[in-house]
Amino acid sequence: MNVTWSRFNITSIVLGFAFLYLPIVLLIVFSFNESKLVTVWGGFSTKWYVSLFHNQGLMDATWVTARVGVISATVATVLGTLAALTLTRYTRFRGRVLFSGMVFAPLVMPEVITGLSLLLLFVAVGLDRGFLTVTLAHITLTMCFVAVVVQSRLITFDRSLEEAAMDLGAPPVKTFFQITLPVIMPAIVSGWMLAFTLSLDDLVIASFTSGPGATTLPMKIYSQVRLGVTPEINAACTILIAVVAIGVIIASLANKRREVQRQRDEQAAQRG
Amino acid sequence: MKSLGSIRRDFAPWNDPNAKPYIQFDNVTKKFGDFTAVNNLSLTIFEREFFALLGASGCGKSTLLRMLAGFEEPTAGRILLDGQDLRGIPPYRRPVNMMFQSYALFPHMTVENNIAFGLKQDGMPKPEIAARVAEMLRLVKLEQFAKRKPHQLSGGQRQRVALARSVAKRPKVLLLDEPLGALDKKLREETQFELMDLQQNLGLTFVVVTHDQEEAMTMADRIAIIDKGEVMQVATPAEVYEAPGSRFVAGFVGNVNMFEGKIARGEAGVASIDAGNGITIRTENAGNAAAGAAVTFAIRPEKIKVSSTKPAGAVNAIEGEVYDIAYLGDMTVYHVRLDDGQVVRASTMNAARITEDPLSWNDRAWVSFRPDAGVVLTR
Repeated sequence: MNVTWSRFNITSIVLGFAFLYLPIVLLIVFSFNESKLVTVWGGFSTKWYVSLFHNQGLMDATWVTARVGVISATVATVLGTLAALTLTRYTRFRGRVLFSGMVFAPLVMPEVITGLSLLLLFVAVGLDRGFLTVTLAHITLTMCFVAVVVQSRLITFDRSLEEAAMDLGAPPVKTFFQITLPVIMPAIVSGWMLAFTLSLDDLVIASFTSGPGATTLPMKIYSQVRLGVTPEINAACTILIAVVAIGVIIASLANKRREVQRQRDEQAAQRG
Repeated sequence: MKSLGSIRRDFAPWNDPNAKPYIQFDNVTKKFGDFTAVNNLSLTIFEREFFALLGASGCGKSTLLRMLAGFEEPTAGRILLDGQDLRGIPPYRRPVNMMFQSYALFPHMTVENNIAFGLKQDGMPKPEIAARVAEMLRLVKLEQFAKRKPHQLSGGQRQRVALARSVAKRPKVLLLDEPLGALDKKLREETQFELMDLQQNLGLTFVVVTHDQEEAMTMADRIAIIDKGEVMQVATPAEVYEAPGSRFVAGFVGNVNMFEGKIARGEAGVASIDAGNGITIRTENAGNAAAGAAVTFAIRPEKIKVSSTKPAGAVNAIEGEVYDIAYLGDMTVYHVRLDDGQVVRASTMNAARITEDPLSWNDRAWVSFRPDAGVVLTR
């Protein structure tokens, strides 16, 4: 392949990456700043990471966020998978178009509106705002994302697999748990991860629906930033970035290894 | 003793009026919305028969198979298996198993777990399952592949896993949906014979759906030719080929030359057909077609002889011009354009390496055939 590294190409790559990653790099660099002033470099130090773990408010918020994320992602995955199954399997029921439209509307709905309408609902039914309401709100937000991911897998699912299982004597429920679910599991897992990530970084909806004692990490960070950015926040964000990055890298490495293994197997099979 | 075509095995329950039918389609109709896939179809299949449903794609043959497996219910009519009405019985309680066109192997299970799946559903004890799986693997010669996943197998191996899985439960009837469709030609021919041996050894009833007439002819005891949801003819391969019941069947199976004409007159078992343009065909196979009836005379290419001179004493000989020659090694196909413009296809076995009477493009030639070589079709 003939690739010429013209000055233009180099410039555009540098600019593009700078645009994407410069803010993040700055944030990471300044999380190791000795100085208390965020924008003035005062030497290398990890003291903000230490003080971070002594900041009870931040640690509480992290714990709340993790619990909200796991619970809402799990419930949203179950509901989203059911919605995706219904939408792909029962193509002729009354109101299908309406239903699919309604499932996917939250994808494009401004978060402010989702948050506000949920707030109104919770007030109307007299639910005290707190851990429960923010979890419910995140389920609402993330369910449709799961549905989209699982549905795209189900569309390419070979229905004859299920027919084969039933033909061999497995009733429908057994067929679902022994055949359908294992085959679409990768899509369900990635749906769960997506839901968890969305819940993790949501600020808008959480601000509307959360109450005292259920402050999530983004809310906590945001409120602290309003009082001035501290290097502690930088450290917290750096840890978040590290967690997400490690997760993404592990997932893609595992995926790649599986792909390579699969290709090797298939070549072996071709040879005989 | 004379016989139509060749006899493969001494098995013909369909000729025995006392034989009990095993599978019966009884005036079955299946509609999908406004589309009629199967139209008031009746069919009888006998125990231990290798039965083929042959037709073009979309003719309704797969729907028949899916109704037998229980994935579709007939709109009208009934299907009986061993005397039992199958209506309302779900697929997982029917004593039939199916081998799918796509093989439908479970991608997350090993070969042995795929084969064991049906046995586990029956709650068979573990040691018995292991023994049966080992037996099946031996049967399809895949012993060393037991621990592999389907994507680690070649197409031919996958096909055998699918086969092993579908016969593992010893079903009363095995349904095969285009079983060899995804294999290349050479492998397909080998597998055809393997399937026939398997059916013989296990003593099962096979119902196979195919669009490949060669496949149906090779394997089946009887073939049902299906068109637009209706049965055109049910007969042995030899009967379908040598005694087609209609113009459709004659044209669908193999190559055929057809002459449209009118029965001129009959004499002592030989009828003359006036095919127009001065062509008169004399045939012994007019049956009881009345004089003056419009008929089609159909004759297979290999029953027509091509020669440069009019053969002495030939009952039927028509003159024309060699239009095309295809040399295929084992045989040569001639296209001869008759003087009225109709092109006749004739094929000659190259039994000897040297041709006595070589013909070339644009040579004058005679096509001749015996009075018992063709059939007269009225439908």
